[in-house]
Amino acid sequence: MSEGRFGAHGGQYVPETLMNAVTELEAAYAKYKNDPEFVSELTELFNGYANRPSPLYYAGKMTEDLGGAKVYLKREDMNFTGSHKINNVLGQVLLAKKMGKTRVIAETGAGQHGVATATAAALFGMECEIFMGRTDTERQALNVYKMRLLGAKVHAVDSGTATLKDAVSETMREWTKRISDTHYVLGSVMGPHPFPTIVRDFQSVISREIKAQLYEKEGRLPDAVIACVGGGSNAMGAFYHFIDDKSVRLVGCEAAGRGADTFETAATITTGKPGIFHGMKSYFCQDEYGQIAPVYSISAGLDYPGIGPEHAWLHDTGRAEYVPVTDDEAVGAFEYLSKTEGIIPAIESAHALAHAIAIAPKMSRDKIIVVNISGRGDKDCAAIARYRGEDIYD
Amino acid sequence: MTDRPKKAFSGGKVFVPFLTCGDPNIETTEKLVLAMADAGADLIELGVPFSDPTGEGPVIMSANIRALSAGVTVDDVFDMVARLRKKTDVPLAFMTYANVVFSRGTEEFVRRMARVGADALILTDVPLEEKDEFALPCARAGIKYVSIVSPASSERVDLITRRAEGFVQFMSPLGVADEIGGLCTDIAETARRINAAGLPCIADSEISTSEQAKRMSGICDGVVVGSAIVRLIAEHGEDCVPYVTELVKAMKSAVRG
Repeated sequence: MSEGRFGAHGGQYVPETLMNAVTELEAAYAKYKNDPEFVSELTELFNGYANRPSPLYYAGKMTEDLGGAKVYLKREDMNFTGSHKINNVLGQVLLAKKMGKTRVIAETGAGQHGVATATAAALFGMECEIFMGRTDTERQALNVYKMRLLGAKVHAVDSGTATLKDAVSETMREWTKRISDTHYVLGSVMGPHPFPTIVRDFQSVISREIKAQLYEKEGRLPDAVIACVGGGSNAMGAFYHFIDDKSVRLVGCEAAGRGADTFETAATITTGKPGIFHGMKSYFCQDEYGQIAPVYSISAGLDYPGIGPEHAWLHDTGRAEYVPVTDDEAVGAFEYLSKTEGIIPAIESAHALAHAIAIAPKMSRDKIIVVNISGRGDKDCAAIARYRGEDIYD
Repeated sequence: MTDRPKKAFSGGKVFVPFLTCGDPNIETTEKLVLAMADAGADLIELGVPFSDPTGEGPVIMSANIRALSAGVTVDDVFDMVARLRKKTDVPLAFMTYANVVFSRGTEEFVRRMARVGADALILTDVPLEEKDEFALPCARAGIKYVSIVSPASSERVDLITRRAEGFVQFMSPLGVADEIGGLCTDIAETARRINAAGLPCIADSEISTSEQAKRMSGICDGVVVGSAIVRLIAEHGEDCVPYVTELVKAMKSAVRG
């Protein structure tokens, strides 16, 4: 069995051309991850540049309104560039710099990872190219402009469904063509080893902070941590330091699109089966012949037919549970948080919030739920307005 | 069971055409395979279509999409190979992606390959580190599991070759046809190391002209031509057979020169 396994999942299913690149990355990461200088540079970037630690906010009005468990929101939306994506990007771009790379490439769905990568590339003076499905460039036009403003070149990808899956494929192709000076800043806990581990480690700052912050406020562990899952990076970050705390329920919310029982869904654990794609063994939405399914979600960031291998393993072992949340439920939660707490969440994060809204009233008042608000919702306002039948300018 | 690939390599330099099964339909693929065998193909690589062929360039990617849009499934490919086996002895290798095999159940997939008369399996997205999961069931079923090396392999070439069987395929990254000069040095050295281990090495490097095929076959044991054939199929559709036949004849004669 190869490296980087989570139970049966993970591995390194990439063309031979990429093997030296992933091996080189693995070696560099092993060298730097505990290097005091690397750690201190990254901490300085997190705190001085990206506005960490992000607050753990007690959502009092929401708690009162729902009438059950206390709800805390982990405010990753308050990070610089507006989402949790910056955590992983700063780590990987710093690592790429140490490796002597001068160019970074990345896929993006909603554009948050693309913006974060373009930001770090600008900061580190590196060349940057972003691959984004054409459908997503249209539904996230503002982020495309931001990336260009930050000096990145944005390629619209037309193949397949022209969404996140195709952007990942195209970025892998691009990496195959040009490895020596280029690092692929993979944006989620997916792809070939060592990416799922590297991205999880850089994102695990989220659960480390939640644990310390909640201990300070409440003197105890939460009863549940809830996060949305596409590839699963914000969820993996929010879960990681709680995996050994068996009393903490870990809940991943998948995008069910128009319903997990329809073809227009991206709920991988609910509807997928084991497969091998994009460098990893995990669960994938696919047909009986192993052809990857054209998935759908209102959220460009969750519109992906697979899930990271560590999540697949947490599912297999029963340590985490994965639930489907529809477009309609997510849009409802998006509007609810805006009106109740004055916080406009990313439509991705609204999937997690929708589940919290559903379960909090059924829990007693002495229970505590933490919802990871993985990003801010400015980018989604035009799309949500359209969903409600109102046409506004982006 | 006869070792058809071994026989193919025993007669000098080989010419290996590639096509995507079911592009534009399975009937045309069947005619093409017979015509290519008649025109002198020493071994034929059958691309089994996959929805997201991350290792291909735009030409073969489009062929995969055309085949799937036409409704072709892996069952159709198996049935076609069973029919072909009654008419030709040309060695047939499946070239596809891990999920096509894995989702069916790897053991079942490779046993069925053996039953219909396919000879070898090449998986674009399975490197040395992951090969056992596929190579062991292949060995049990009597299917050759073909290893791939690339220009980036460098010191990995020997590791890969030591555990290879049948033949080794040198695959260059996408779109390097223009750099064929520099690539030649690389392939010559790689082929020499693979030959030293007792295996033939064929090159799959975006070759599109007889002249390139001739030069390339001078430094290794044979050439694979994929995109140039798939382009003809895309251009002529169901009427592509004579055009592809002509190309195969020209390539074969260049390779055997």
